[in-house]
Amino acid sequence: MKIVVDLTRCQGYAQCAFAAPDVFAIQGDEALLYDADPDDTQREKIARAAAACPVQAIFLDREDARNRQSGRGTHVPAPGPEEAFKRTGRIVIVGASLAGLVAGSTLRREGFTASLTVIGDEPHLPYDRPPLSKQVLMGQVPARRTALPRRDEVDAHWRLGVAATGVDLNGKQVLLADGEKVGFDRLLIATGVRARPWPNEAEAGLDGLFALRTPEDADGLRQRLAAGPGRVLVIGAGFMGSEVASACRELDLPVTVLERGKVPLGGALGAVIGGVAAQMQRDHGVDLRCGVGVAALEGDDSGRLRRARLSDGSTLDVDVAVAALGSIRNVEWLEGSGLAAGVWGVACDAGCRAIDVNGVVTDDVFVAGDVARCPHPVYDYQFLALEHWGNAVAQSGIAAHNMISSQSERRPHLALPEFWSTQFGTEIKSVGVPTHADQVVIAQGSVDERRFIAVYGYRGRITAAVAFNQSKWLEFYAGLIDRAAPFPPSFSTVDQPTDAHPVAVEVPERPTPQATVVVTGHGPSERRATLVRRTYL
Amino acid sequence: MAQTSIWQQILDPSHRADPFPLYAELRKTPVVREEDGSYVVSTYREIVALLHDPRLSSEMRNLPELGADTPAQASEEGPAELPPNVIQADPPEHDRIRRQLTWNFGPPHRPGRVDSMIPDLLEIVTSEIDGFTGKEQLGTTRVDIVDDFAYPFPVTVICRLLGVPREDEALFQAMSDAVIKAIDPSTGGIAEQQRRRAKATADLGQYFAELLDARHGQPGDDLLSGLLSGDGPEAPMSYEQILSNAALLLVAGHETTVNLITNGMLTLLRHPEVLDRLRRGAEPDLATRVVEELLRYEPPVQFLSNRYALDDIEVAGTTIPKGSPVNLVLAAGSRDPGGVPNPDRFDPDREHNEHLGFGGGIHYCFGAPLARPETQIALTELARRLKNPRLVADPPPYRPNPTLRGPRHLLVDIDGVNPAQHRPP
Repeated sequence: MKIVVDLTRCQGYAQCAFAAPDVFAIQGDEALLYDADPDDTQREKIARAAAACPVQAIFLDREDARNRQSGRGTHVPAPGPEEAFKRTGRIVIVGASLAGLVAGSTLRREGFTASLTVIGDEPHLPYDRPPLSKQVLMGQVPARRTALPRRDEVDAHWRLGVAATGVDLNGKQVLLADGEKVGFDRLLIATGVRARPWPNEAEAGLDGLFALRTPEDADGLRQRLAAGPGRVLVIGAGFMGSEVASACRELDLPVTVLERGKVPLGGALGAVIGGVAAQMQRDHGVDLRCGVGVAALEGDDSGRLRRARLSDGSTLDVDVAVAALGSIRNVEWLEGSGLAAGVWGVACDAGCRAIDVNGVVTDDVFVAGDVARCPHPVYDYQFLALEHWGNAVAQSGIAAHNMISSQSERRPHLALPEFWSTQFGTEIKSVGVPTHADQVVIAQGSVDERRFIAVYGYRGRITAAVAFNQSKWLEFYAGLIDRAAPFPPSFSTVDQPTDAHPVAVEVPERPTPQATVVVTGHGPSERRATLVRRTYL
Repeated sequence: MAQTSIWQQILDPSHRADPFPLYAELRKTPVVREEDGSYVVSTYREIVALLHDPRLSSEMRNLPELGADTPAQASEEGPAELPPNVIQADPPEHDRIRRQLTWNFGPPHRPGRVDSMIPDLLEIVTSEIDGFTGKEQLGTTRVDIVDDFAYPFPVTVICRLLGVPREDEALFQAMSDAVIKAIDPSTGGIAEQQRRRAKATADLGQYFAELLDARHGQPGDDLLSGLLSGDGPEAPMSYEQILSNAALLLVAGHETTVNLITNGMLTLLRHPEVLDRLRRGAEPDLATRVVEELLRYEPPVQFLSNRYALDDIEVAGTTIPKGSPVNLVLAAGSRDPGGVPNPDRFDPDREHNEHLGFGGGIHYCFGAPLARPETQIALTELARRLKNPRLVADPPPYRPNPTLRGPRHLLVDIDGVNPAQHRPP
């Protein structure tokens, strides 16, 4: 059977691990790892575990559904164009991962009964990616068995294994790699991101060098790790790289982590909390080298990876390397479509409607998930692109709802960004945008014990909070962010450090190396924006 | 004299059988100040927020109004006061104690412990129900679900878990009662409650001290032996801390589950269609859902009254001033129409049941993972085995305690007992 845990909601109560200890396991204080595809004999215990979850974060497939939900048949249509659309419209979703799946099931749940097509370039039904860098690498779950449970089978035409190659907004058609054209009345773009490939093409072909995004990637890497390589090299200490390093240490494999920046996780959490993560890695036996990159990867005659020459002049003998270089948004297929789609993602408004290249909101094209970039009022209306599991779920639910709702019924996507990472037996959770900050202070707990809450502030208000093994408190801080509470926090709490004071957050600057747009024409009827690619570096 | 507040009426034993209309009244003012300066919070969202609010402390001994008059150690009669137990402590002390207790109880170190107790639970329940036979008169058997079943069962379980001899019940029951009475907010002010609680807990600690002395050098696989051995990821608890927490677990381990099981049987008898579904046994996870719904609908712990504000806290437009004691009325929150649709309906088929029955946040009920299977098994077996059960009195007589609310007796007439079915393990 299939299960998935919404780890954004999970607060580490461990009730599931008590009820079904062969399926759910707690590492350290509150980090949950689970078998996404457990044996059917566990069904009764898993049902108990799901029912016992204090925050109701465990979702199962419903093969034994008792038809407790009768929503679809009882829907009473009100007159109006949107009701007609629900019965006769054509919706196409491009992207068959988490966001596409949630959007599809939301559409059906909210009464859309007409034609629904889901297009995905991977051959798989929607699967869950977070386990790929954790349970899968540790050998607890096979890579190809993280399919997402579907509460009710989404009645859709699934076009899997074929990529969308373009969209014709005037003709309202999606073009597919096999030459087919799929017409739509409304379109949802949820094509997500892919792993950034190794930049040197000759080295990229070395046997032993991996990226990590798909089940195939995870499967290949798992097999190499299981074979007991001499040393694993992880290039890049973002969340993905750090989780891979954690899995290696769990398997007792020697691992070297290279990070060009000052600390691991610095790009997401800043250098102060990244420094805590650095110490955590070293305490777990990771050979962490910051400020160091790879000058070259070298193979033997048979093309197997053997050695890495580092930017500091040293060399390392390695059998396996993982390029954890971040991601690239899957927007190439939208080139020339007239949408504001570029390296930054596909721009949309807070209601998930796509924005065209001139900055005008479109009517029938929606965007959700990792590929979307939308303005958030809490962060000065900056356009945020969030590669977070919880954002894919929340935003695609909003997008689907808005696709079949009249203007007055549409909802804004105002959820605070939230993410988690499980590494080195520690649950790291974040709410808000830690990089939208100038200062950070430890508000609760102890950094030395790695049980603490760091609160981030920007010009005197709280903008983010990050918890290490303290996730039960985090929703309190989310409330402070929502209310633009003053920073630094001045109230008394339990477990308050006596010597805490705000320090500079040290978020790396991210200059955009490219011009993105030029504007041509004179007068309002002529002026138009055009996307360009112009590298200044 | 001022008009009796809704909260005062709730505390009054005359409303014990059905406090829910009063809870509905209470919710009209989500945060209400009582005459004694304490605050009562009764709505779902506000309770959830406060359960996760680090500005609320559980270290009532630090409550400003208790001040220096709390004796530090020596009380004139009886054993010395014990250090705070896990529910009387804030982090980081709370977290340390909780990790130590969990080390011998559940994940990450003993993940399968509770699961492995399930055959034992079934065996105890089976033998308790077997004992109902032989009381028959004229074809009818009258059983007291409380005294004959719901009390002895969890006591047996907690004794086994802690390594306490079952036959000592006569020794510790009175002390346990004293602890429960001490925390009844209808019996005196907070300072007075704290003093009585400390005294009663110290007595119970003394019992444990003697028990451990007698067992010296003979550790078993029980939780107390584990605590004494000091194994675990960090510095072991002090001996006094072990006594203090052992006392807590013994009391909490049976004074709450008895009410969950009894409230459960009462609710099932009032909803015979659910009882019937449970008896038929065609829905494997029905007992699970029944228990979760009971925790929402008839929770064994009605409110938490051991918190106070470390700072001014604004909730639902009201500021709870620093230093105020705060009562979180879980049972009212779980029936808040603002948090739950159709809250006054007992409906085990709810899709999303995020109830407050076990509290929430860091003090989430430690025994929940045990209470759940205990009650699931108890209610399933009662439903399957009791022939034609009928309530003798509705409502039944209640215990006076407003916090740990439940019937004192639950008399049920039955036409006999079906034999136990052998279930696959």
